[in-house]
Amino acid sequence: MAIDSMQRATNNFRWGDDMEEEDEDLGFLLPPKQVIGPDQNGVKKVIEFKLNDEGKKVKITTTIRVQKRQLNKRAEERRSWVKFGDAADENSGSHLTMRSTEEIHLERIRAPGSKVEEAKASEDNMSQSGKAGAVLMVCRLCHMKGDHWTARCPQKDLLSLMEKPSTAETSTSTGTGNASYVPPNMRGDADRRATGSDMRRRNDENSVRVTNLSEDTREPDLRELFEPFGAVARAYMAIDQNTRMSRGFGFVNFVSKQDAQRAIDKLDGYGYDNLILRVEWAAPRPN
Amino acid sequence: MRPILMKGHERPLTFLRYNRDGDLLFSCAKDHTPTLWYADNGERLGTYRGHNGAVWCCDVSRDSSRLITGSADQTAKLWDVKSGQQYFTFKFGSPARSVDFAIGDKLAVITTDPFMERTSAIHVKRISEDPEDQTADSVLVLESPEGRKRINRAVWGPLNQTIVSGGEDAVIRIWDSETGKLLKESNVEDGHKKTITSLCKAADDSHFITGSLDKTAKLWDMRTLTLIKTYISGVPVNAVSMSPLLNHVVIGGGQDASAVTTTDHRAGKFEAKFYDKILQEEIGGVKGHFGPINALAFNPDGKSFSSGGEDGYVRLHHFDSDYFNIKI
Repeated sequence: MAIDSMQRATNNFRWGDDMEEEDEDLGFLLPPKQVIGPDQNGVKKVIEFKLNDEGKKVKITTTIRVQKRQLNKRAEERRSWVKFGDAADENSGSHLTMRSTEEIHLERIRAPGSKVEEAKASEDNMSQSGKAGAVLMVCRLCHMKGDHWTARCPQKDLLSLMEKPSTAETSTSTGTGNASYVPPNMRGDADRRATGSDMRRRNDENSVRVTNLSEDTREPDLRELFEPFGAVARAYMAIDQNTRMSRGFGFVNFVSKQDAQRAIDKLDGYGYDNLILRVEWAAPRPN
Repeated sequence: MRPILMKGHERPLTFLRYNRDGDLLFSCAKDHTPTLWYADNGERLGTYRGHNGAVWCCDVSRDSSRLITGSADQTAKLWDVKSGQQYFTFKFGSPARSVDFAIGDKLAVITTDPFMERTSAIHVKRISEDPEDQTADSVLVLESPEGRKRINRAVWGPLNQTIVSGGEDAVIRIWDSETGKLLKESNVEDGHKKTITSLCKAADDSHFITGSLDKTAKLWDMRTLTLIKTYISGVPVNAVSMSPLLNHVVIGGGQDASAVTTTDHRAGKFEAKFYDKILQEEIGGVKGHFGPINALAFNPDGKSFSSGGEDGYVRLHHFDSDYFNIKI
């Protein structure tokens, strides 16, 4: 049984559908409705021609992904039930049900593999503040002393929008001696202190491209393969939009550059699922 | 994942229920019409018109032919799922809070609220095969020792031998469903500290989970009533559910609805939180509601779940493939 889902209308055409009936007198002038597919990827294209308010011909292309799903007999029978109650007098494309425009993720409390990184970071903090002779553990968000680190602040959610606490404060004291302004990315320790907006850059820098992966490889497999070399910030498999199959390559972002280099040295030419992997630095994203 | 939003209700959602095959989803809300949806694409199939008050709870028979609803209009109604026709009304002197069909669908348990001089009670009704023979007589009426406190949820225990109830007095009770004797009570140390808002059975009836306003959810053995696990949520818990597929527990809640407008939206934490059932560790959260989550239900195949909020929306989530590979 086929259920049309994931409607991706190429133009914003919704409720106007049933209004077009009035143009029936001119309808014969328009080319007939065309249905292409569904092809082997389950993508169906419907091309319709309509006359708009100004009497102009409008081509409407609707791309629909058709998914086939197994239902048991009883459920299939229920599919054809007649609508009742308040639902009886509404057409199927009702406005009551819509697909969220926003992609919602299961937001992980802690990104997998970040445990090590966290520990490292807090050690760094500890040694730095120890040298400076400052009070240990001052939360920059709620200014509570000795209770928790900024990263563990219970008010983090609330305060994060108000201001992004910049790590620059700490670095200026330890940084260069001359007073002239040095952009954050030019400073000596730019590599280590990558937070906030710098995160993206850092991720890009330690991004490793993996090619010649087998089609069965999934992101968790990729993670499993690369995690022995160090903390993996992100593992991404390229997936074909239409077929939902792997495209045979992916990216892995390491937290540290050395780990990435070691992974490249070790895994380039490594045999994985009967295929010889090619692992290299990812080309920087063209901006 | 891109959730499907269903805006069929004009008032806050109160309860969600899948049928056994997982293709239908029933939703109850404080408006007066329970609604039936297709569980895969969220299309509205029908509404059940006839109640005259908020509908608090519903249950569907195993063969998806009959629906029972409990409402604040002091009735519980039996419906034909397919046509939306009601065929019987149980009248009570106080609002019906929770309903549950027994295994075999020959009995149903209905709880009623304390109201005027009436105390809260658990009624066991016989559901006859033929709608014509249906009578309103109770097989058994259980009176809670704390009669002025509401019973929020009562469900059948394994093999219909017991009835498990929980409510405002924060005590979980196990009753003998034959004699009406109180068999077990949760003790003060293990039990909840505040009102128990929700109760959900495991698919095999071996254990169940309760959610409470004391900001925790607890997992209990259904026969011995021993506390197995505690999940700490940080916000009052309104709804709980368990994945039938993975060892996951999902907890929904949020601050009290009356406090929502006076605080920042991020303070509300209106997310469905996923916990590892065994490690009691939080896995992650699914956001999206604009108000506290009042109802949660897992599809019996474990591949999707739906949540209903104070905002009047039902959000139907089909999990992405990476959900099934989550490691802690």
